[in-house]
Amino acid sequence: MSYDKPKFHHPLLKKNKVGYIKTDYEGVISTLCAGCGHDSISGAIVQACYEISLEPHRLAKLSGIGCSSKTPTYFLSNSHGFNSVHGRMPSITTGANMANRDLIYLGVSGDGDTASIGMGQFVHAIRRNLNMVYIVMNNGCYGLTKGQDSATADFGSVSKAGSDNPYQAIDLAGLALELNATFVGRSFSGDKTQLVPMIKAAMAHPGFAFLDVISPCVTFNNNAGSTKSYSHVREHIESTSIFDFVPKEEEITIDYPEGESAELELFDGSKIQLSKLAPDWNPTDRFSAVNRLHASKARGQILTGLLYINTDSKDLHGKLNTVDKPLNKLTQEELCPGSEALEKVNASFR
Amino acid sequence: MKQEVVVNDLVIRFSNVNGTGSASANEMFAKSIFRMGIPVTPKNIFPSNIQGLPTWYEVRVSEKGYLGRRDGIDLLVGVNPQTLKRDINSIRPGGYFVYDSSKKLHEEYIRADINYIGIPMIQLAMEHYAKPRLQQLLKNIIYVGAVVTLLDIELEVVKQVIAEQFEKKPKLIPANYQALELGVNYVKENLEYPLNIRLKRIDAVGDSIMIDGNTACALGAIYAGATLMAWYPITPSTSVAKAFETYCKKMRIDAETGKKKYAFVQAEDELAAIGMVIGGNWNGARSFTATSGAGVSLMNEFIGLSYFAEIPVVLINVERGGPSTGMPTRTQQADIISSAYASHGDTKHVLLFPSTPAECFEHTVKCFDLADRLQTTIMLISDLDLGMNNHMSPPLKWDDSQKYDLGKVLSAEDLEEMTEPFGRYLDVDGDAIPYRTIPGTHPTLGSFFTRGTSHDEYAKYSELPEVYLRNVDRLAQKWDTAKTLVPAPEFYQEESKNSIGLIFFGTTVYAAVEAMMMLKEEGIQLDAMRVKAFPFHQEVEDFIAAHEQLIVVEQNRDAQFRTLLINELELNPARLLSVLNYDGTPITAHHITKHIKNQLTATV
Repeated sequence: MSYDKPKFHHPLLKKNKVGYIKTDYEGVISTLCAGCGHDSISGAIVQACYEISLEPHRLAKLSGIGCSSKTPTYFLSNSHGFNSVHGRMPSITTGANMANRDLIYLGVSGDGDTASIGMGQFVHAIRRNLNMVYIVMNNGCYGLTKGQDSATADFGSVSKAGSDNPYQAIDLAGLALELNATFVGRSFSGDKTQLVPMIKAAMAHPGFAFLDVISPCVTFNNNAGSTKSYSHVREHIESTSIFDFVPKEEEITIDYPEGESAELELFDGSKIQLSKLAPDWNPTDRFSAVNRLHASKARGQILTGLLYINTDSKDLHGKLNTVDKPLNKLTQEELCPGSEALEKVNASFR
Repeated sequence: MKQEVVVNDLVIRFSNVNGTGSASANEMFAKSIFRMGIPVTPKNIFPSNIQGLPTWYEVRVSEKGYLGRRDGIDLLVGVNPQTLKRDINSIRPGGYFVYDSSKKLHEEYIRADINYIGIPMIQLAMEHYAKPRLQQLLKNIIYVGAVVTLLDIELEVVKQVIAEQFEKKPKLIPANYQALELGVNYVKENLEYPLNIRLKRIDAVGDSIMIDGNTACALGAIYAGATLMAWYPITPSTSVAKAFETYCKKMRIDAETGKKKYAFVQAEDELAAIGMVIGGNWNGARSFTATSGAGVSLMNEFIGLSYFAEIPVVLINVERGGPSTGMPTRTQQADIISSAYASHGDTKHVLLFPSTPAECFEHTVKCFDLADRLQTTIMLISDLDLGMNNHMSPPLKWDDSQKYDLGKVLSAEDLEEMTEPFGRYLDVDGDAIPYRTIPGTHPTLGSFFTRGTSHDEYAKYSELPEVYLRNVDRLAQKWDTAKTLVPAPEFYQEESKNSIGLIFFGTTVYAAVEAMMMLKEEGIQLDAMRVKAFPFHQEVEDFIAAHEQLIVVEQNRDAQFRTLLINELELNPARLLSVLNYDGTPITAHHITKHIKNQLTATV
């Protein structure tokens, strides 16, 4: 069952540029466990969409199956949503994106949905550089079926039932880098300061923007010995940079220390402003990102922040060279070649 | 062996090695006969292989216009040593075997009751061409020249077809003409010609075209306004994708920008292919896929989503021999049950059964209208025979006044004018089909959450028994609406007069029509009906009710179509007999007549 949130709000709540208050970006009441990391990510999505003054109908939200995939009902109720089948969100999003290139596509998935059953579709969406934001709410376990290890559970991580995971973890951010994803970031559900601007930047990126967000499962994977518990993540987190997203035509207000700061201009004129915490890392150098990721992992640390961005990204529409007008807006007159052309076709088969 | 002269009624078979360029030579041969105004049916019987395995090309010529396969080979051109024995044995007594006499034929291959015609094909090729690849390719044209002369086919017509074939590589034309002449001259100088079986120009093809069903499907999709094709390569459906791309490049490029008014996406597998189709249609762009039985098996989960979440899908299933990998390059009609009831839970899907390329075109267009109207999966059930072989077909037809039926979609203005809240799954007018909205339509109205989970009229998740029942019962009611929208069957008599009714569908029509004529000559009269769609139209029920005994002719082992009729129309199984053909080759009229006669004797 789903329960609508009450619609009344304080009359003085601030409206954004397109006339919406923040609650306009919310969804129905979450049915996830109290304290679930996923709810924080939903909150960050709401915050990001409100702050960039997104018109809700300009975004379509899609998901697969699992706890994470339920979240699209908990944000952006004025956006069309699609809770599809397990692991198949990328293909639905691909078709939707082909139909209308003008919308923002936000895909939400989990570690089971992406790293196991949906691995094939995930890697091929990267390969095509589909223009979408792909968020994995990564908790290392299957919550809805009572806590089995997932493929992102770290080697040796202890489950709630007390067993050590004997399998190597699939590092989705590392995989995305390996596959040349054009935007790769990692964050933590508990770090909204980092996550909100990262979501905004991902939405501005014209291509596949992958966000691996560690999101602890309070019920099945928050125990001692788990490497995806709140306390473990907090103790082992490190970051590539202090990061902010500056929408087009807005002033940069934050001062970063000289020498370590960098500014990246995105396709739509918006900017990523960052202050590097890792000196040997460069956000536009994929190899430095891979090296940095491995170095952190070797020390048992979880590297977060923007890992890599390709500022010269050509998305699937660009690769296919489709018309600028969305395909779903083309009329019969524009699409049907007519009887005269068919007569010529017939003649060629006589 | 003096035989009477038979004109315009023969079966010629070419036995070749796959990958040696024989297919295009053989196709030019068949096209030349068509150009002489004679009805002709070529069948390419090929292996799942790129090079080396046996392949056959069978051409039936029938002045009466029978376009099914016919038993009994009159002339066989055998250039594949691997299959020599089997090929020679397949020729009817009194028939002709044309072979490469560059080497002497071993005694074990000699049959006393057939005629041997030796042409030194490879020897002639080696004498005239230096490159081995050229020798191999032009050897095919040499035998075409020989056979053309033996059968009295007009040489000028063949030359014209060759010239058209190499329109884009005109340098190749002289060499092909020379090879053709080598074959012609060898026959003229060394053999008696023409044979007693021969061809003569008539005017029996009218405005027909020679085209394969897959190309016609692709053109149908273009004319229907499809803007997304997502697909995964699988024989025998791949040529639908190839033709879609080829014709889109000619017909769907924006003149000003050179950009494409379509997206053509080769998916990573069939699951992703249909996922993309669902995403595209959900977002308001006509989208489709083409696959074969194995692909449909993989698509099952998504087909259920399309049914339950009510998202249009157009799926072209070009059936091949099953089960499992089965016979990927042989034909069957064996995906009837698995298509009709694809996916888990209570599901049913609309199927259309084209019989000709013209119908492949027309029905593909219809599939898009039905998918948008009914908001569900519509499958076009073709088969390898129809999809991949050239068929003589009525021309493809498009009426410029016909408008796409995009179904019940609300615009921003519609939403603003509504007085009641929008309910995605709310039946507001009794046809059990709800209105839908396309993402991005309106800033505050019309958004909803699409899901494969149980939902109420407003697309909200619910497992309440009464909510679930309202929804699935409405879907059942929508099925009744579908019955009124699908094409009616075709009948082969003005009114039912006989107690026995013949039922068939798809490519079985060619052999079935011929079988009826053969039976009529023997005094056995039958009524007949060709079913064009599932769910079964009311007229299908009426025909069945009007006949005591029915014979269902189909091309699978388990009589799947008969099962579907019995199940859906609650028929007494005893009323329905079967004629089945499932060896992977297209059914023949002889097969049908033989089995009908057996059945009738058994039941009398």
